[in-house]
Order: sequence, then structure tokens, then C-alpha cells
Amino acid sequence: MSRPVAVLVVALSVLALAVRPAAAQSGKPVSEDVVHEVAAQLRCVVCQNLSVADSPSEMAGQMRAIIRERLAAGESPAEVQRYFVERYGEWILLSPPRRGFNLLVWLLPLVAVVVGLAVTVALVWRWTHRRRGVRTAPVAVDPAMSERIRRELESGR
Amino acid sequence: MKRLWRWLIPVAVLPVLALLAYGFKVSPRDIPSPLVGRPAPAFALATLDGSPLSLEGHRGKVVVVNFWASWCYPACYEEAPVLERNWRGYRARGVVVVGVDIQDKREAAEKFVADFGLTFPVAQDLKGTVSVDYGVYGVPETFFVDRKGQIRVKHVGAVTDDVFRATVDRLLAEPSAP
Repeated sequence: MSRPVAVLVVALSVLALAVRPAAAQSGKPVSEDVVHEVAAQLRCVVCQNLSVADSPSEMAGQMRAIIRERLAAGESPAEVQRYFVERYGEWILLSPPRRGFNLLVWLLPLVAVVVGLAVTVALVWRWTHRRRGVRTAPVAVDPAMSERIRRELESGR
Repeated sequence: MKRLWRWLIPVAVLPVLALLAYGFKVSPRDIPSPLVGRPAPAFALATLDGSPLSLEGHRGKVVVVNFWASWCYPACYEEAPVLERNWRGYRARGVVVVGVDIQDKREAAEKFVADFGLTFPVAQDLKGTVSVDYGVYGVPETFFVDRKGQIRVKHVGAVTDDVFRATVDRLLAEPSAP
């Protein structure tokens, strides 16, 4: 076998291997990465706080199959997501869309961080300044008392 | 200044506590279905005894689509006699009860149907496509479809006689022509 032919054979077999798993599905070849990407944005409906991509439940498996089928039929990932939102509501999206009332969810943590930083800076500034003030303030002590303290310290009692 | 701070902290904490209290009292399962008021998704399944079952085949009737599973204890076991009783009582008046068994084994489903003596059509949704079309997230869930084919009520949890009768009577009282 001449060298260019050998290269061609290797290249073709690599290509065939890469294409085979996707071609096994009906219709358009669908990459599992795209299925995973769509599934990861959907809430698993039978479990709480798990995505369809992460849940081992039967329902999530069926939903992944539906995602795969719809993609194979030529729908875009956004269209597949819309299909689920139309049936389950925005509830099914793990991250709420950034508009309207939902913006609060995205903005409040930022506001909290800014307010928290401001409060911390203000408090630290106040504490450091108050301590210096205390140190310099003259304290009025009865001379007789201070003489007694000095004596007792010296006698080592 | 000091007095202000003493009041400000509880005042700032209260709304957060109120929000948490509200959040913990609300059930995460009570989600309004976007499908209420919209046309019921069509489906074509085969019943356990092999005859075709579709929504199209019952056009013009009030259709009660009930999603259930044999492993759904106790809610599905509570509502099965209710559904059977009301199906028998209402079928002559143009009401049909349709059972859709989801995420289940065929033998278990057949045993359930035999144990309760269910006579309304029951089909298995093996691929879960009908469940997702109806936005089902658990069993039991029941959809009341009016004579124009629109989903009017979604009931989560076991259906009671009161719920069934009140809903179906209301839908039967409506004129069937649009």
C-alpha cells in the first residue's frame, strides 16, 4: 500500500468512527453535547433542584430522549427549550430569564454585596478611629487612689 | 445615632424572615400550569387491551385525562375508585375518563386495573411524550378538557368525588358549540 493511500484509509476510518454514534439516531445527526447542554438548563420535574442532565430518574431519561428526538427532527436548542417552557412554564428553567421581575434575582445579590462592603468599611473606619480617641483622652484619677495602686503594685500583693 | 442602629437591624432582618417564612410555607409542587385555557395536546396511544386511544376520538365530549402509576401510593389508589364510580355515572352524559399510566411496568399496570375493576380506557405512555406534552411533573395529575377541546382545570393530587362532580357539571352546563 502506497503512503498516500494508507493516509487516506486511516483518515476515512477515523471519520467513520466519529460519525457512527450520531448517525445511529434517526434523522439529522445530533451531538450528545447539544443534548446535554439543553438538558442542563431544564429542571428535572420529579426531583427537586437537579437538572434533567444530572438526574438518573426515568422521567429525566425520557425527557433527554425527547430533546434528542426534537433536535434530530431539525429543531434548534432554543426551540426545544421553548417547547418545554410552553408546557411547564418558566419554572422548568434552572436559571430564570433576565427580564422583568426576575431581574431582582440577578440584581439583589449584587446590591447585597455592595451594601455589605459599605457597612464593613464604615464599621472598620469607626472602630479604628474610636480606639485612637480613647487612648488620647485624659482620665481623671483621684491622686490618693493612684498613689495607693502604685504602692500595692510595688509591694507585690 | 446608636439608637437608630438598634432599630435598623431588626427592621432590616424582618422582611428577610418574612420572605423565608413565606417560601417555606409554599409547596414547591404548586406551580400554575401554562396549559390551562389552551387546547389540550393531541395524543394517540394504545390501551392495555390493544385498542387505539386518542383525544381526537372523543371530540365533543368532556374528557377527564388522568395521569397515574401503579407505584403511586396512596393517592392513585384513593382516586381509582372515585374515577371508576364517576365514569360509570357520567358516561351516558358525554363524559369520558382516560387513564394514562406513566413510568410503569405493564404487568403492574394490568394488576392495578384488575384490582380496581377499572372499565374506562387506560393506556401506557411508554416514552413519556404525552406526559411532557401535558407538562406532568408527578402523579396523580388530572386534566379536565371541555367539549371544545380546551384544558380548563388541572388538578394535582387525588381527585375526590366533590372535585370531579363540581368540575364536570360545570363543563357539561356550557354550550358545546363554539
